[in-house]
Amino acid sequence: MAKILVVAEHANGKLNPATAKCVACASQIQGAQIDVAVLAADAGAVATQAAAIQGVKRVLKIENAANKEPLAAVLAPQVAAAAADHTHVFGPSTTFGKDLMPRVAALLGVGQLSDIMAVESAYKFRRPVYAGNAVITVEASPDKKLVATVRTASFQPAGSGGSGSVESANVSAQLPTHTRFVSRSAAATGRPDLQTASRVVSGGRALGSADSFKIIYSLADKLRAAVGASRAAVDAGYAANDLQVGQTGKIIAPELYVAIGISGAIQHLTGIKDARTIVAINKDSEAPIFEVADIGLVGDLFQVLPELEKALSG
Amino acid sequence: MSKILVGLKRVVDYNVRVRVKPDGTGVVTDGVKMSINPFDEIALEEALRIKEKGGASEVIVVSIGPGDTQQQLRTGLAMGADRAILVQTDAQVEPLAAARIFLKLVEKESPQLVLLGKQGIDDDNNQTGQMLAALWNRPQATFASKVELDGAKARVTREVDAGLETIEVDLPAVITSDLRLNEPRYVKLPDIMKAKKKQLDTIAVADLGVDAGSQFKTLNYAAPAARQKGVMVKDVAELVAALKQKGLL
Repeated sequence: MAKILVVAEHANGKLNPATAKCVACASQIQGAQIDVAVLAADAGAVATQAAAIQGVKRVLKIENAANKEPLAAVLAPQVAAAAADHTHVFGPSTTFGKDLMPRVAALLGVGQLSDIMAVESAYKFRRPVYAGNAVITVEASPDKKLVATVRTASFQPAGSGGSGSVESANVSAQLPTHTRFVSRSAAATGRPDLQTASRVVSGGRALGSADSFKIIYSLADKLRAAVGASRAAVDAGYAANDLQVGQTGKIIAPELYVAIGISGAIQHLTGIKDARTIVAINKDSEAPIFEVADIGLVGDLFQVLPELEKALSG
Repeated sequence: MSKILVGLKRVVDYNVRVRVKPDGTGVVTDGVKMSINPFDEIALEEALRIKEKGGASEVIVVSIGPGDTQQQLRTGLAMGADRAILVQTDAQVEPLAAARIFLKLVEKESPQLVLLGKQGIDDDNNQTGQMLAALWNRPQATFASKVELDGAKARVTREVDAGLETIEVDLPAVITSDLRLNEPRYVKLPDIMKAKKKQLDTIAVADLGVDAGSQFKTLNYAAPAARQKGVMVKDVAELVAALKQKGLL
């Protein structure tokens, strides 16, 4: 029988929703017993939230002053020790999980399966490769512990109302001091974060200048959306590097993606193919972006955008 | 004398439209342009900048792959690396095996820093750097967007979901690069000529004595569900109406 340990992600006493998505993924393995590990300096509040996730049997509190900040080098040996009796160890495919889980796997002497997007059986999964341009079905060897990350965009969070038990786990692991937390700063733009935003407005080369690019910000604010840009717009200096959407930039999956003056190069389309609704506004009716857009409008963006903003204000 | 080891993976060029073979056994790579994995190119650029500022004495580029991978290593040498090592194999190498191979080279070369791309744009695993750090029992700094060396320590700014995180690590350490760490230089023709004379050693995987066995078997490749072409609207009024109909306004 599968016995799955899910590593909780949390910050400031709050459980990250990615954890309930990992539990949802684990629940799709038939007959699985699901435990959640909460590593923190004080795990109390987070453990209570984790125990309320539907399908969770036990929450293991692993408390240590060194766990105040999520440093992979410090957490990994404790996760590896806590997972001694488990057949599977899952973490979210967020920067937290991507940093931590391979280190856990290597300490356990096993490989890792990254970005589970669908479960076929306890040892058979589907995952994206080539930035989602192909989906592979992978079978893992059942005689090895399976460490994996779960692609959060592919699972709805498991419901609440569960009643798992909470217990303190004693793990003995040597914790390194070679890695130290210094600081963390959130990008203080006042706008939603591009990676996780439910709406994104992106501008391309057709904006023509950094100054003209401001109309993208203006429309984004009207839609309460994050701002993105094509590689061409970033290379031309119209927008900052960290706004780049595409294979070598950010791969995103918002509810609404508005592409303005973006032709739709392959590497850009790769970054938005999981968006729920794509809107494209472009002067060139032959632009490849229209092949993937749910709603397309051929027109001069410098005329369309002011009109659109006005319509949204009305 | 401090060395930096940089991993370069040979991958399908990022501008190529990747297609799944009709029989589902893989993606089409025949006649397709191959390049250095973009994140690895950024890692190499960072290593070269550190050396140019006097922070290292030698930059060694390393790859694991078939004989043709020499092309990517030569490009790395043309960018400015001092020498190259190819661990040759025609087999698929899983990240854990790659990390074990790197560990062997690390034990031999004793670098101060190992710089790798955060992930290969082919398998998108994002594992090798972290696994190497674990096996080596040394610090890791993944998703790096800024690296500052200070004697026996490095201060690394990381791009995490919450924003930017800065950590301090003791050297030696493994750092994996994110996109915004730097912009790699272009290779100039005279450098390509010079690179041909630089040292490139080839080692067979078997000679390293590592367990390069696999745990995962890919059963099938499939194209992702295709997006349907949607509707074209005539003007802003129709656009707004269409958005409302989808419940987006």
